Amino acid sequence: MKPVGIILRRELASYFSTPLAVVVIVFFLLLANVFAFFLGSLYERGQADMVSFFRFLPWLYLLLCPAVSMRLWAEERRSGSIELLLTQPITLWQAVIGKFLAAWLFVGIALALTFPLWISVNYLGDPDNGVIVAAYLGSFFVAGGFLAIGSFTSSLTKNQLVAFLVAALLCFVLLLAGYPVVTAWFETWAPQWLVDCIFALSFLGHFENIIKGVLDVRDVLYFALVSTFFLLASATVLESVKSR
Amino acid sequence: MIKTQNLTKHFDGLVAVDDLTFSVEPGEVLGFLGPNGAGKSTTMRMLAGFITPTSGTGWVGGHDVVGDAQAAKSVLGYLPEGAPHYGEMTVGGFLEFVADLRALEGGRRKQRLDYVIGRLQLEGVFEQTIETLSKGFKRRVGLAQAIVHDPKVLILDEPTDGLDPLQKHEVRTLIAEIAREKTIVISTHILEEVDAVCTRAIIIAHGRLVADDTPAGLRTRAPSGRLEDVFRAVAA
Repeated sequence: MKPVGIILRRELASYFSTPLAVVVIVFFLLLANVFAFFLGSLYERGQADMVSFFRFLPWLYLLLCPAVSMRLWAEERRSGSIELLLTQPITLWQAVIGKFLAAWLFVGIALALTFPLWISVNYLGDPDNGVIVAAYLGSFFVAGGFLAIGSFTSSLTKNQLVAFLVAALLCFVLLLAGYPVVTAWFETWAPQWLVDCIFALSFLGHFENIIKGVLDVRDVLYFALVSTFFLLASATVLESVKSR
Repeated sequence: MIKTQNLTKHFDGLVAVDDLTFSVEPGEVLGFLGPNGAGKSTTMRMLAGFITPTSGTGWVGGHDVVGDAQAAKSVLGYLPEGAPHYGEMTVGGFLEFVADLRALEGGRRKQRLDYVIGRLQLEGVFEQTIETLSKGFKRRVGLAQAIVHDPKVLILDEPTDGLDPLQKHEVRTLIAEIAREKTIVISTHILEEVDAVCTRAIIIAHGRLVADDTPAGLRTRAPSGRLEDVFRAVAA
């Protein structure tokens, strides 16, 4: 699996070869803090925890993750470098994984850079840091799901903007499907098992536990399955487009 | 060596490559000729393991390009059409990346990198990003990438396309220089190139093989003795 590491390294380096990566991270950090302090009322709640940060994180991911994943394959297809890459002695799957891991690591870095918030909460009060670590870990898994979807939409097109928008839309639908307003609307006409299914498939349903710092195997498994599914879909799409 | 057996590729019902069978021996430089859309690039892409044949197969260095793609790709150096590149990477960074994927290590790695950088005169642009380079330099980077692992088999898709006469000459000199023990296939539109570097030429039209001969042998097929006339007669 050495090629995976080589591709990961190249991909990660190429993120930082332009100022865009720094802009994206700064933008993410600004929004994260604005959301946590103003919308999430981090101070006013008077609780020493990071719930006000994690609650808005999926919505921030909606911008961050598609922006990070949009170029993974769309750019390779547009410039034709995909032919250069896939005629090296590697498999398509290794390339798909390597690129995905690079995007995941990038989001991991962005997530890690929210640490001042953690320090603040510890300075102001006495939070349960175990819960916060678990929530961070869980959030990292959630990012994997978002990015795999982004990898998939990026494999569908040569246009990064299209990849971004379709990924954001898909993630939005998956997020929204678990929102109380939406599930309540479904409950008015759909049988209970269908409502449960929709909720079980939604991101939010699995994120609720993670915010509370509960790392349930089922939730982790859910995001692992979503990631695997969309990475397999990426590989399938690429296999067919490169033969066209 | 390179071999194809009934190599065929269909695109949505369109026949791009039609039952192509040929072979190329070590020491040969095969010119791959044909009008635009004749199936040259498609054939090369199948041999390079980028696209999968609809039926039939090919062998590169004895390895089946369908059944054992990894092994076939590892003995092949390939320059895709238009020499695509990673624009944001530096020349040095890119060649290191390819050397990594080609599993070059230790002294041999250094020796091969030094060789291609020197041979293709890339010292001066080593730290530059590829997107800032001229067309000629981009092509050289593509060639460096194709030969860095000293492959037994080389497939170059229009290696001199869009280059000025001086650069064309450089590329041809390079091909002639490394041709001795290698199996080389180059596609080209430039018929004079066939005389300059090729020991043999194949002409394909509509995905089918229509001529296979030495440049001299091909020339005898037209009363005028000009390759251009032979090409026009068989490829129409």
